Amino acid sequence: MFQKLLTFVGGIHPGENKNFTENLEIEEMPLPKSVYIPLSQHIGKPATALVKKGSIVKEGEVIATAEGFISSPIHSPVAGTVLKITTGANLSGVPKEYIEIQVNPEGEKVFMEPVDWQNNDKKTIINRIKEAGIVGQGGAAFPTFVKLSPPPGKTIDYLVINGAECEPYLTRDYRLMLERTSDLIEGIRILMKAAGVPKAIIGIENNKPLAIQKVTEAAKAYPEIQVATLKTKYPQGAEKMLIFAGTGRKVPPGKLPLDVGVIVQNIGTSLSVYDAVVKGIPSITSVMTVTGKGITTPKNLLVRVGTQLAEVINYCGGLKPEAVKVISGGPMMGIAQYDFNAPVMKASSGLLVLASSEINEAVETPCLRCGKCVEVCPLNLLPTRLAKLTQMGKFEDAEEYGVTVCMECGSCAYECPANIPLVQWIKLGKKEVSKIQRARKSS
Amino acid sequence: METFLIAIATMGGLGFIFAGALALADKKLSVEENPLISRVNEVLPGANCGGCGFAGCYDFATNVVEGKAKVTGCPVGGSECASSVATIMGVDSDGLERMIPRILCLGGYTEAAQKMAGYNGPLSCSAMDLVSGGDKMCFYGCLGGGDCVAACPFNAMIMTSNALPEVIEDLCTGCGMCAKACPRDIIEMHPISREVFVFCKSQDDPKTSKAICAAACIGCSICARKSDGGVVMNNNLAVINYELLEPEKIPFDKCPTNSIRKISIPVN
Repeated sequence: MFQKLLTFVGGIHPGENKNFTENLEIEEMPLPKSVYIPLSQHIGKPATALVKKGSIVKEGEVIATAEGFISSPIHSPVAGTVLKITTGANLSGVPKEYIEIQVNPEGEKVFMEPVDWQNNDKKTIINRIKEAGIVGQGGAAFPTFVKLSPPPGKTIDYLVINGAECEPYLTRDYRLMLERTSDLIEGIRILMKAAGVPKAIIGIENNKPLAIQKVTEAAKAYPEIQVATLKTKYPQGAEKMLIFAGTGRKVPPGKLPLDVGVIVQNIGTSLSVYDAVVKGIPSITSVMTVTGKGITTPKNLLVRVGTQLAEVINYCGGLKPEAVKVISGGPMMGIAQYDFNAPVMKASSGLLVLASSEINEAVETPCLRCGKCVEVCPLNLLPTRLAKLTQMGKFEDAEEYGVTVCMECGSCAYECPANIPLVQWIKLGKKEVSKIQRARKSS
Repeated sequence: METFLIAIATMGGLGFIFAGALALADKKLSVEENPLISRVNEVLPGANCGGCGFAGCYDFATNVVEGKAKVTGCPVGGSECASSVATIMGVDSDGLERMIPRILCLGGYTEAAQKMAGYNGPLSCSAMDLVSGGDKMCFYGCLGGGDCVAACPFNAMIMTSNALPEVIEDLCTGCGMCAKACPRDIIEMHPISREVFVFCKSQDDPKTSKAICAAACIGCSICARKSDGGVVMNNNLAVINYELLEPEKIPFDKCPTNSIRKISIPVN
């Protein structure tokens, strides 16, 4: 049957490469010997450690408390003894503070009491989401409770659930949709109640027909939850693109989804909400896709937060000799890793090991003025102009051309036939412009 | 004959009228400009490098005359220029010493450990800094991308094969653009007579800095111990307090990594 596919203007279609892991069930990884819990696993202020060297912690115990409004507490993913609090390797590429805990496999668990969400008010549910330390698992790790408490005067009428999983290689959301369908629907209903939203749309790309079928079936009983079939295109799962595809609303530059009455949540986040509310489990695990031609056995793994990448790689049979690049996240927006001591975080969605055959070691050549980057930019920016202005140090002009609107999806750099590292330049431009804006504000 | 007279009278009359108009315009429409500004401008180097912080030499001259900039504010002209400006302004120039950039990192590719991953992107320090802090393990040291070399208006900086910049002192005017361009603040402007520097900015703990760079200050504090405040320890890093520094009290040969140095001593 022909069905009109929902989508946005621009974007690209890189090789999907989901076949490595799309048919593999999520497997739980055994406990490592030690875990390394970063204190900053979310956007906003890092959490403050509540434990000291030698403290005995239980699984699920709060070990670091939120600092300020936009922050999130951190729970111990294991039972054990705190060995030290120090600074070390981090997925962001810059060393950060972490708590090292030696695992005691026979240790105790202290999970929270389940909340009967059907018979409780919004506040109780949001509070639970806050104390469970749930952060957005779409990449930016924004504390979820902040999103659910919009400022007064804003009416939210749509909850959009991001099941697009438009990053190539990653299959974690896909597997979660297949394996935990009914939990997902209940998680979405909890989120709807918490935010007071009457309607929800689950956006899924049309390269996941099984997921669309299963989720649609499970959502049949709830007419307020709709499933939208989206065109397979990158970056379909970007917040603004997804809102446009799902609801037809456009989020203006510099505004938030809240401003057009929409909240977006990720599949993983919805399931964490379900776990926290219905089962009382705080955010202590992460489902990640370990994939690519460079890893011996690709897997979809349920990993404890704080497990080092080296352990994850070992559990998946180690690196193949042809492995050349290890990326935390997907190939488009992930961060290349140089230190396998970096620990898994709450918002980790994948570990991609690329082999030499999957990599294009590009040599930069002069811009051809072909305009492909302009064509694919989903936010209607002029990437080549922005990169040039940044190179020339003309940051005020770059600001005028909207450099801060860029979400760094990488579509422009992917398409560029001259291999210009457009996103890197634009990132630099964004950084310098925000410096200028801060200086302007303070003066 | 008559024709000649008419022509002379007409042209002469017109000349008088226009001359009068010009004289009037000169009086009525003249823009007041302090003559000091152009006199100050004349003794400035005229490079318009912006090292003083103003938009070129003329802007600097205007600000000096208005009292918004110091007479010694031009780093390029040095003491000679400063004293000329001071004479014009009728003030004392307090003996401006020539400033020179000092590159306070010795961790080139031979000394500093590199990350397990190579960097593939634009060769610019600020852009490299965005990608996990460049390809060296140290997050405080020179990135080797050459932003300082690109910023120098006088071609007085070169990048060595060890990926560390070097100042050609004969060409350097001390404008300080390199120091401004450095995203890690490794380049500092110092009076040329200063001899003692700690050639490291790393605040890593001793174990880490020892492991990742052969030229790092490892925070042992041997230099600080008997310096009577001339060297203070700040976050595992020796920092010099030039007001209290007495170079003879510093045991330069005891520094395990040779990161505190007196630069008249030949550097190997």
